[in-house]
Amino acid sequence: MIDPSVFQLVCFYAFAAVTVVAALGVITLRNSVHAVLSLVLTFFSTACIWLLAEAEFLAIALIVVYVGAVMVLFLFVVMMLDIKQEHLREGFIRYLPVGIVVAVVMLVEMLALIGVRTMHEAVMGANPATAAGLSNTQWLGQALYTQFLLPFEIAALILTVGVVAAVALTLRHRGGTRHQTAAQQVAVKASDRVRIIKMAAERPATETPAAPAQNPETKP
Amino acid sequence: MITLSHFIVLGAVLFCIAVASLFINRKNVIVLLMSIELMLLAVNINFVAFSRFLGDVAGQVFVFFILTVAAAETAIGLAILVLLFRNRSTINIAEIDSMKG
Repeated sequence: MIDPSVFQLVCFYAFAAVTVVAALGVITLRNSVHAVLSLVLTFFSTACIWLLAEAEFLAIALIVVYVGAVMVLFLFVVMMLDIKQEHLREGFIRYLPVGIVVAVVMLVEMLALIGVRTMHEAVMGANPATAAGLSNTQWLGQALYTQFLLPFEIAALILTVGVVAAVALTLRHRGGTRHQTAAQQVAVKASDRVRIIKMAAERPATETPAAPAQNPETKP
Repeated sequence: MITLSHFIVLGAVLFCIAVASLFINRKNVIVLLMSIELMLLAVNINFVAFSRFLGDVAGQVFVFFILTVAAAETAIGLAILVLLFRNRSTINIAEIDSMKG
């Protein structure tokens, strides 16, 4: 029988490998649609890693919000725009060594800073949420609605501003379109549409001048 | 056993991949937006790991806020991208130089 902690470690390495390979795919794939799909895979395997860290609510939120909404938005835009790929790949080979050198140097510095050996003793302890007798969602929600209520409201405001800004940016007023103005239609009165006038039912016959066509016998 | 350094190393690797992407994909705005997403994801992994190992809920609350702000940022960024493509018919950064910056 396999030890559960060893199994956890094997799962972590598998998900981490998929995450890193998919992230490399995001930055190297030629086709933008493939890059977005690779980013979806990155988010999905990261959500699995968050599940290993017992952050269940955020893992599901990452899949639902990010993979379900934001990445679909990305796919929409990538498929909607008719992008010529070949010009966008200029300088890929030229800047590849610089990118690799900077990334590797940064990674080495970060690893030195983290100090992999010294922090190796920090093994995962008891889950603080279950220690308090709560689920992860309850634990997060209690802090969110009490201690972080004002930032939570501000986050909602940011989302609203984001929606309004996105719509206002892409809204376009074209000339020549015949759209109806609802405010004018609602504000119209009956007197503007129909005019009732008083008039006699018929006119006296003597006042009508005789038309030349009506008495042909006068003609020679 | 999974240790704290496992998570942090993964976050560092993802962040460095995103930084390398800024250098090698310097023409394509869409890939640049995606590398910003990767950077935020790397930071979020660190937040989740520290929240779990220190037993503090603030880390996960911060991940929540980062996800919110990143979603709004992506929506506005893509709206600007659509607007740019409609006006200039290109998303190549080298050709978007009308501000002479």
